[in-house]
Amino acid sequence: MRTLREFFKTLLAVLREIFDENAYQRFLLRTNSVASVESYRQFQRERETSMATKPRCC
Amino acid sequence: MKRVAKVFLWMAVAALGALSLATIAWHRGEAINAMWLVAAALCSYALGYRFYSKFLAAKVLTLDSLRATPAERLENGRDFIPTNKWYVFGHHFAAIAGPGPLVGPVLAAQFGYLPGTLWILAGAVFGGCVQDFIILAFSVRRDGKSLGQMARDEVSKVAGTVAFIAVISILIILLAVVSLIIVNALRSSPWGAFTVGMTIPIAILMGIYLRYLRPGKVLEASILGFILVLLAILGGQWVSQSPSLANIFTLSGATLAALIILYGFAASALPVWLLLAPRDYLSTFVKLGTIVILTLGIVLVRPTLQMPALTRFINGTGPVFAGSVFPFAFITVACGAISGFHSLISSGTTPKMIAREPQTRMVGYGAMMAESLVGVMAIIAACTLQPGAYFAVNSGAGMVGQTPQAAVVTITNWGFPVTSDEMDHLAGSVGEKTLFFRTGGAPAFALGMAKIFSASLGGSAVTALWYHFAIMFEVLFILTVLDAGTRVGRFMVQDALGHIWEPMGRTSWYPSILVTSALVVAAWGYFLWQGLQDPLGGINSLWPLFGICNQLLAAVALCVATTIIVKMGRARYMWVTLLPLCWLVAVTFTASWQKIFHSNPLIGLLAHANQLANSHPLAADQIAGQMKDLPRRIFNDRLDAVVAGFLLVLVAVVVVESALQWISVISGRKQAEIKEAPFVSTRYATEEPA
Repeated sequence: MRTLREFFKTLLAVLREIFDENAYQRFLLRTNSVASVESYRQFQRERETSMATKPRCC
Repeated sequence: MKRVAKVFLWMAVAALGALSLATIAWHRGEAINAMWLVAAALCSYALGYRFYSKFLAAKVLTLDSLRATPAERLENGRDFIPTNKWYVFGHHFAAIAGPGPLVGPVLAAQFGYLPGTLWILAGAVFGGCVQDFIILAFSVRRDGKSLGQMARDEVSKVAGTVAFIAVISILIILLAVVSLIIVNALRSSPWGAFTVGMTIPIAILMGIYLRYLRPGKVLEASILGFILVLLAILGGQWVSQSPSLANIFTLSGATLAALIILYGFAASALPVWLLLAPRDYLSTFVKLGTIVILTLGIVLVRPTLQMPALTRFINGTGPVFAGSVFPFAFITVACGAISGFHSLISSGTTPKMIAREPQTRMVGYGAMMAESLVGVMAIIAACTLQPGAYFAVNSGAGMVGQTPQAAVVTITNWGFPVTSDEMDHLAGSVGEKTLFFRTGGAPAFALGMAKIFSASLGGSAVTALWYHFAIMFEVLFILTVLDAGTRVGRFMVQDALGHIWEPMGRTSWYPSILVTSALVVAAWGYFLWQGLQDPLGGINSLWPLFGICNQLLAAVALCVATTIIVKMGRARYMWVTLLPLCWLVAVTFTASWQKIFHSNPLIGLLAHANQLANSHPLAADQIAGQMKDLPRRIFNDRLDAVVAGFLLVLVAVVVVESALQWISVISGRKQAEIKEAPFVSTRYATEEPA
């Protein structure tokens, strides 16, 4: 049961990483800001170039 | 005692793998169960990972758990972030898994299930996984440098330039070929066109939700987007049954192509947050979920393969694409076995997230194994269809006859019985008017997937829903590749033009954005249009061209890897990359040569151009009905031949340059100098490395 819980915990954390939720949390920590429309806009602006230059494989 | 148990366990895995492979390879005459393919794959991956990748890590790369990675040394909270190995694995897998491992194996199934399966397994364990792992490890040791930068630093400036040209070429051809797959999947399909069309406003809605309503809640927005997509699939059924709406969404190939070209331009020029990012999230969500469901579905249903191990088409007379099993099976299946495109991901964002050097093994080698398993699933999905139906769906009208009646006669005469009634019933069961001439692989894969899904959940009553779910899933995948690829291409062109005129290099200057987006879209749009006009279905010429580009890029990556191994003083292990390189050179050079010069007009582009040039206009009109613009079609064939030849020459230059480097270093004529970042001790030394 504990292993199963660990598995789902890791799975959720992996999904949060893939879906950039962790990246946003790191951004908030780094810039000492709180989650808001403005901070998310700044986060997206910062990531715009890296996201747009990231290829997706065929 | 524990050690003895381990030895016995691995011997059992090896024995099961050998038995499965022997069953796949030698079983003839009667159908086999798909689980043999799954068992062979899982055992091959387990052995490859446990023994071969460990050997690569210890002896060839000498991965050092005490050495700080760029994620640690250059940590900036943005690109360079030491990240949990499972997170990096997920990130990397989500980036490398695209439509390629689904489409390629479906097309290669025309040779039977055997050639594609063996190539996927051997190609991945000894080629693709090795390439992804080694390029990732070398990029980690070079501060996360890209493949192009490593080629320039370690081989030569020419190699760096060739890598750039290979990347931009593969992007253009890739985008053209994936667009053509979308057109063929959605042509005259109101259900599919409506569902896929709805994903655009859904993605925009997600973008607005993420930006203004619930900032940063991506998983939540993705789940919401997924529910809306499911509703769009149900709505598509309603649309297809409404005579007036069905008319609006019944689109011709030309209309679909024009819409996709417009979409590509908009996706490249619009802000990232509005369309590209939310679509990427939605696509990743659906992709990961569907791959898991498909794997579970196959294990639950344990379908029987209807396709024989080998078909008569191994001699090169296949209707899906022309060309014999060697070399064409090996360029048709790229992403599931070895794909040059992966080296861009392995030297892109992933190396900047690796916390400890030994983790490159799990991320690089492991993620490619997972991708390869997706390829095996695709082969299974395609081969569960009746072969007659498979060929009726995947063959162009130019190959099997202009009408469904002619097509069933041709296909039945080949020894794969199929009737018009069976095809009508199949089309009706998935809510389509017809499934004839739906080339490109996507509809055939969707049919196989729908068959497996409906057998495990819902029964035949929901086959149509599963089919359209599968189509939506594939097209969503492909549109993500399309908009990400167009944007990446735009950035590359901006970067190159910036050297000529500085303002063009400014990525946020709108005139530059519009001009470069238009250039990239026009380039792939031209090839898409060309494929659309092709009476053989377009895939026949474009997919091999894409495969050649992709494998040539893999050859460049393996040249770079071999050069670095030699320069590290480990020339005795250079065979680990040299052998797959030799194989790829043999395959791609033979395929390119045949595509250009083969005397059979179905294979050789120049022979086809000559055939068109010599054809009698009246006879030609009667044969295909599409020969009015002969000069343009002749030009297209010659253009494709020039593209293949040009890439071939470029890669030959890289191979020769690399070989000269190896000879100079091994003979001692040249002092080996590698451009690794200096050793810095990691602060995670006390933690478990991998």
